[in-house]
Amino acid sequence: MKSFAARVEEERPYLIRYASLQLRDRHAAEDCVQETLVAALAGEASFGGRSNLRTWLTGILKHKIVDAIRRMARDPEPVPDVAELEALFDETGHWREAPDAWPDNSLEQKQFFSVLEECLARLPAKTAQAFMMREHMGYETDEICKELAVTPTHCWVLLYRARMALKECLQTNWFQK
Amino acid sequence: MKLTCKEASRLVSQGLDRRLGPWEWLRLRLHLAICDACAAFTKQMEFLRRAIRRLP
Repeated sequence: MKSFAARVEEERPYLIRYASLQLRDRHAAEDCVQETLVAALAGEASFGGRSNLRTWLTGILKHKIVDAIRRMARDPEPVPDVAELEALFDETGHWREAPDAWPDNSLEQKQFFSVLEECLARLPAKTAQAFMMREHMGYETDEICKELAVTPTHCWVLLYRARMALKECLQTNWFQK
Repeated sequence: MKLTCKEASRLVSQGLDRRLGPWEWLRLRLHLAICDACAAFTKQMEFLRRAIRRLP
């Protein structure tokens, strides 16, 4: 049977991918994963084989990611520019281009997820962090506001902006093909 | 009183992050009942949520 250390090490690529999606910085992601693996090896006893190893490691990683985001949040970022959002609607608040149905079967296509990741990579840093904390890590808005040091209203604006930008990006680069 | 699509889209997004107030919720429902574009937008946002959860 494989040693605990070997099994933990096997999860490294998965964890780096997870952290990269969140932090968008390969170097920062690798640092977080390294800290996670060190903590995991030191805490083998607390794992005790009672849950899924990947789930347990991801739980530790989430804390490391939040710490990293908190460090990054100290760098100020300009207030979001809403001009691009305004461009989606006319003066009376109607859609310039009405959204239509997206076929569900895209979720079965590997290529779709590459496009989605490219779209995520184009978001401004703080917008992307708020969005991924919400949708990928499943945090509640109040926790996100706290970690990113923004007001709830600003937080909702960030999430709204992220969704609108992703919608536009997917529409152009995937659904219109 | 009546929502524009722009306001409706913002409420759809916020509805994914917080519980809307009864008045907001009602106005949004009324708008979605008569606006195909915003109803489609709501489905797109739900799709996006499912897509992100499937990312490895």
